[in-house]
Parts: sequence; structure tokens; C-alpha cells
Amino acid sequence: MNLPVRLRPYGFIAVLLVAWYIAIHRQAAHLLPDPIAVVGAFIELAQRGLLFKYIVASLFRVTWGFFLAAFTAIPLGLAIGWYRRSEMALNPLIQIFRPISPLAWIPIAILWFGVGDTAAIFLIFLASFLPLTLTAMNAVESIPAVYINAGRNFGLSTASLVYRILYPAVVPQLIIGLRITLGIAWLVVVAAEMIAVNSGLGFLIVDARNAGNRYDLVVAGMVMIGLIGLMLDTGMRSLENIRSLRWGYSED
Amino acid sequence: MSQASAPVAARAVKTKLRADGISMVFKRDGKETSVLDNISLDVREGEFICLLGPSGCGKSTMLNTMAGFLSPTSGTVTIDGEAVTGPDPRRIFVFQERGVFPWLTVEGNIGFGLFKLSKEERERRIGYYVKLVGLQGFEKAYPQELSGGMKQRLEVARALAVNPDMLFLDEPFGALDSITRLIMRGELLRIWEAEKKTIIFVTHDIEESVQLADRVVVMSARPAKIQRIVEIDIPHPRDISSARYLELRDGIFEQIGLAHKV
Repeated sequence: MNLPVRLRPYGFIAVLLVAWYIAIHRQAAHLLPDPIAVVGAFIELAQRGLLFKYIVASLFRVTWGFFLAAFTAIPLGLAIGWYRRSEMALNPLIQIFRPISPLAWIPIAILWFGVGDTAAIFLIFLASFLPLTLTAMNAVESIPAVYINAGRNFGLSTASLVYRILYPAVVPQLIIGLRITLGIAWLVVVAAEMIAVNSGLGFLIVDARNAGNRYDLVVAGMVMIGLIGLMLDTGMRSLENIRSLRWGYSED
Repeated sequence: MSQASAPVAARAVKTKLRADGISMVFKRDGKETSVLDNISLDVREGEFICLLGPSGCGKSTMLNTMAGFLSPTSGTVTIDGEAVTGPDPRRIFVFQERGVFPWLTVEGNIGFGLFKLSKEERERRIGYYVKLVGLQGFEKAYPQELSGGMKQRLEVARALAVNPDMLFLDEPFGALDSITRLIMRGELLRIWEAEKKTIIFVTHDIEESVQLADRVVVMSARPAKIQRIVEIDIPHPRDISSARYLELRDGIFEQIGLAHKV
């Protein structure tokens, strides 16, 4: 095959789809719907107006949870990193909370907020909060001392030191942290929606199984989750191409 | 006769910086390491001083102490009669080229310390120093897009733009290739003669110190002491194959205990 390099991934996907189709039809057991059934499920969801509605519902929760976490965790993490000696006290606490899966909070989220958007948003918030705090802490701690010293040398006040040195110096690392965390948030929203709400892509998947084993709808939901996850990641990644940030990603 | 000696006499009178009995002891894991041992030094206004010593001898610590980034364990540093308690925009420290801010363009870096000036004045100064260090055409470039020598010149320009009366340079050309290093020395001398700053320059390169300095302060290995201060009485531009140059250079080589052979 002499496909141009750019097209090769698509070529490979096409080959896999064909292989999927053939494999399903060569054996009797119903392990998976075939790709054509999945396309049919997409059309059905779109016609019933559910596809768009569920995508919006999921994105709504992720956006709220993720942004609430970003607006609280990043300033907190920057402050902890900046005053690292006095605030070492917080570190053990963070390390204890970190291994607790956000999903372990589902019962508590439902207890506090009931079944609904708030519980799901709370779970996304929890899932994003600690990774973002840690990213911001590490980003501050890895600022080379020369930048801080140079800033002090030019007579900057503490406020302008934060605004003119600390902030620009951490942005490239923060963007990486935000990208990874958004990925986590997207994983968690699906799980949260399976239990805590009755809309969204995660709900679509459990609901399709419970209401008559509609595995074509299940797989359609999975494909949709994958595509949106890819889109979110690509969007965040494009920030890394901003010219004034590129220094943070070079090998040098 | 009196006319010829007048500038030298006038220069000798005014002391810019006085370090008096500087000692520095670092404590780490309960162990004490003495880095500087009772160093006293007077620097005259407009003078170019090189602190010369082997790597790790403590000359950078001495420079950081004089610039106010470190407080000595004992002793005092005074500049213009005022005790140094911290860094100050009147005296700028130039790190190796890694000190430029990578998130700012050439213009942004040079204008960094000019936040108190009006927009017009800031732009005028940026333009002037871009030209002084030969970075025309790179005003909008980011440091990542510049060579090592250009980044170094950019940092010197950023320092000069705030019109300090002293510059502290910590092995500024150490990371450059030898040809660029020679060019940069010439540039620095040109700027020094044009701008009349007092310069304290740390280096481990004997040739470099003899080419640049009015006086070379030769320091011993840790804990650093001043071994000897060598007056370099050769006018600029210096002929680096003249008998006097070689004599002074060889004197320092001998002082440090290095043979003339490789």
C-alpha cells in the first residue's frame, strides 16, 4: 500500500472495521454488534434527538467540574509551591487523598447532592482537583531560581513577581497538567453518569444494556466517548503551539 | 605629567564597593562548610574587576553576596557607603544566558525592568539597547530562536537598559564557543567604555581575566581567600602577544600553580 503518511491511520482504521465485520459474521455467538449495526445505532440516536442531548449533558458536567477545579486548585497549588517550607503540612494530606479513586466518592456524592448534575459535577471536581493542585505545586517548585532572582534584581514587588515571573514560568507545565486532567475528568464523567444521573453518554451505555441488551447502542456510546475525548485532547494540545509558550516544550 | 596622572588619581579616590571581612559558612545535614574566609576588597568606581579562581572555589558565592542575593555569615558589603541588604535595580546581576526570560521576546526582555518609564521612553531605550548589542532584526524573536551568544548579549542589554551603575557578571561567557567568547569580550569592553559602569566579573579563565580587567583578584581553592590582586596596567585595546601581557598572564599562572606546558 502506498498511502500518504497522513492517511495511513485512517487506512488502518478501515482495515480494522472490515476485520471486525468479518469476524462477527464468522461465528455464531453474539459477542459484539457489527460496525453497520453501530452506524444504525448512531442514526437512531440522532433521530430520537438523544445523541446531541447526551453529548451536551456530559460536556456540561465535565466543563463545570473541570473549571471549578481549575479555578480553585491552580491558585492553591501555586501558593503551596511558593510557600513550600511553611506549607509542607499539606503534603501528607494530599498524598492520602490521592490514591482514593474519585469513583469511591460516588456514594458520598449521592448522599450530599442526590441523584443529579450536582453529584456528577462534584465527582468531576474531585477527580480534577488533586492532579491540578499537584501540577501547580510542581510547576512552581521547578521554576529556575535565576528567573526569580532576576525578577527581584529588577525591583519587582511580590505581586508583580507573581504576575510577571511566576505565572508565565508555570504556564507551559500547567497546560500539560490541564490536558492530562481533562482526560481523567472525561473518564470519570462516564462512570459518574452510570450511577448518579439519568442522561449523558455514560447513562446511555448502562441504559442501553438494561433496557433490552441494545449492544449496538452501547458500542455507539463508546465510540462517541472516544471521539470526544480525542477532540478535547487535540484542543488542549493545540495550546502548546502558541509561540510564547513553545520554550516550555522544547528539548533544550 | 600631572594631567596624565590626574584621571588615575581621581579614580583611585572614590570607592564604589567595599567588602569587609566577608566569611560564609554553609550548613548542610549538620555539617558546616566554610566557603569564604575573611575576604576584604575595595572596588573603585568605574573599575573592571575580575574574580579569578578554580571552579567551585566560592567566587560565585562572593559575587552573590556582593550583589545582595546572599547574606554573609560575618562581614559587611557596602556600596556607595550604604550597607547591601538585598538585590537592587541600581546594580544588575547577569547570569549565564539562561537568565533571559524565555516567555518574552527580545524587546520584552530588554524592556523588562523599565516598567516605571513612560511607553515612549521605554521604546526609545529598547531601540537603543537592541542596537547597542547588535540584535536589530530580532526584536520580535523569542530567546529559543537565538544563538547562545545572542542570548548572552540580550541579557547584557536587559541589564544595561535600567541604567545600573554596577554590573555583576557570573561567568557570563562560560557556555559559549571560544570564537564567540572572544567577540563577546570585545563587545563587553566596548560597552563598558561607552557606559562607564563598575563591573565585577567572575571567571575561571586566566586569559579572559587579563584581557578584560583593571585588576584581577586571584582567589584560592575553598574556603576562598584572596591570594593576590594583580593590577593589569595595559591600556585597551590590549595586545595579547605583548611582553607585558604575557608577563602578567604567566605571573597569574604561576600564582595558581600551573606550569606553562600542556
